[in-house]
Amino acid sequence: MIEIRGLHKYFGEVHVLQGIDLDVNKGEVLSIIGASGSGKSTLLYCINALEGIDEGRITVDGVEVHAKSTDINKLRQKLGMVFQQWNSFPHLTALENVALSPRIVRKMSRSDAKKLAARRLEHIGLGDKLNSYPNALSGGQQQRLAIARALAMEPSYMLFDETTSALDPELVGEVLDAMRLLAEEGMTMICVTHEMGFARDVSDRVAYIHDGAIEEIGTPEQIFSNPKSERTSRFLANVR
Amino acid sequence: MDYNFHWRPVFRSLPDLLNAGLVTLEVATLSMVFGVIIGIVFAIIRLKMRGPIRWFVISWIELARNTPALFQLFFFGFGLGAFGIHLTPFWIVLAGLTFNNAGYLAENFRGGFQAIPETQMRAARSLGMNASQAYVRVIIPQVLRTVYHPMTNQMVWAVLMSSLGMLVGFRELSGETQFLASKTFRIFEYFAVAAVIYYVIVKIIIGGSRLLSFRLFRY
Ligand SMILES: Nc1ncnc2c1ncn2[C@@H]1O[C@H](COP(=O)(O)OP(=O)(O)OP(=O)(O)O)[C@@H](O)[C@H]1O
Ligand SMILES: [Mg+2]
Repeated sequence: MIEIRGLHKYFGEVHVLQGIDLDVNKGEVLSIIGASGSGKSTLLYCINALEGIDEGRITVDGVEVHAKSTDINKLRQKLGMVFQQWNSFPHLTALENVALSPRIVRKMSRSDAKKLAARRLEHIGLGDKLNSYPNALSGGQQQRLAIARALAMEPSYMLFDETTSALDPELVGEVLDAMRLLAEEGMTMICVTHEMGFARDVSDRVAYIHDGAIEEIGTPEQIFSNPKSERTSRFLANVR
Repeated sequence: MDYNFHWRPVFRSLPDLLNAGLVTLEVATLSMVFGVIIGIVFAIIRLKMRGPIRWFVISWIELARNTPALFQLFFFGFGLGAFGIHLTPFWIVLAGLTFNNAGYLAENFRGGFQAIPETQMRAARSLGMNASQAYVRVIIPQVLRTVYHPMTNQMVWAVLMSSLGMLVGFRELSGETQFLASKTFRIFEYFAVAAVIYYVIVKIIIGGSRLLSFRLFRY
């Protein structure tokens, strides 16, 4: 379980996160929607400590993420992350991209790591691309590669930061399908997304963030069909 | 012109010259190995750190790039000698070349690091790698590719610069040539042959570097 309490974050003078309280339960899929600049990415980065926080606390399975005593590299293995920009490692083949962390972080043997990587890539439909370098893959394939790479660490949670928004429209579907499959398999997921269809179909809950605070959170039906907040309905009216 | 060329003594001492060529190659290669390691560390310090260590690094880089290489060599020879530290000619040349290489390479590497998007680091760290694993496995391999050609140039430069070794009594190719030439007074002939040997060494380095790049960078 991920618990966020009273989270505040500043970039210099800018108050980016203004008191976030949020629980994410095991097996849950939570979508986060909101305008550009509202702090969605920053919130995800705080959860796996790619960004520091200024106030409040975040715990993952009872471990406080930002405590000095926490072994953050160990904790991050529980928190897979896929970013908006495709950041496959360009000097490594698809197989090596996925096998690298299991080998050097989880200390698996070279051959076990490769077997695991091959399995992961096949599962996500890249079985014929094992030895391709990322520059020979489409954006959609690179994003699926990034998903496979994160999953190879066998995380308990997956954080997705607008995984499809840098993709050509015709490539969005294959990545969303991979995420859907993962949700069906029971993965706990936090998805920052602009894909309202995906948020509605796949999520257990949807949170609308406005100016660094959660304006409204609820089931997809409630948020999309019956929003309580004026701001939420205005935002949704604009993105439709 | 009444100068008569005499090539025979030069050819007789060809084995000595070729051996000296290997010494040149050896000291240049070692100075590159150390220069690359120090250069990477310096680039990271210059990009990421504050305070006195960074200032030390910047001073080193500035001196290496903006003073004559000969003076840098003399510093490790006569300069340290004045403080009672006496290095052998080999170590004077190795230290001088390393100092120079590290300064130039640090700046190349700095540009290389800046060319790698920040997101590569974030992706590596999000997979549980610690900072040094991320540097060694993800960032530096990409940097080495972007600075590969400048590195080759620096290696060539190190070979040519090592000829300054003759001024601190080191018997690399130039020092050996000078030694043999002064015994026989066939100065032009000796230096002409030595120049050919330098030329061949440089061509081998450039060719070898190109072959290696085909093997290393398949992406
Ligand atoms: N490293 C940084 N330094 C300074 N300001 C930053 C930094 N990262 C983000 N910000 C600012 O923080 C605010 C929130 O940014 P964030 O990226 O979290 O928004 P977002 O909701 O993910 O937006 P988008 O939908 O465009 O991705 C923005 O105003 C942004 O300019
Ligand atoms: Mg964002």
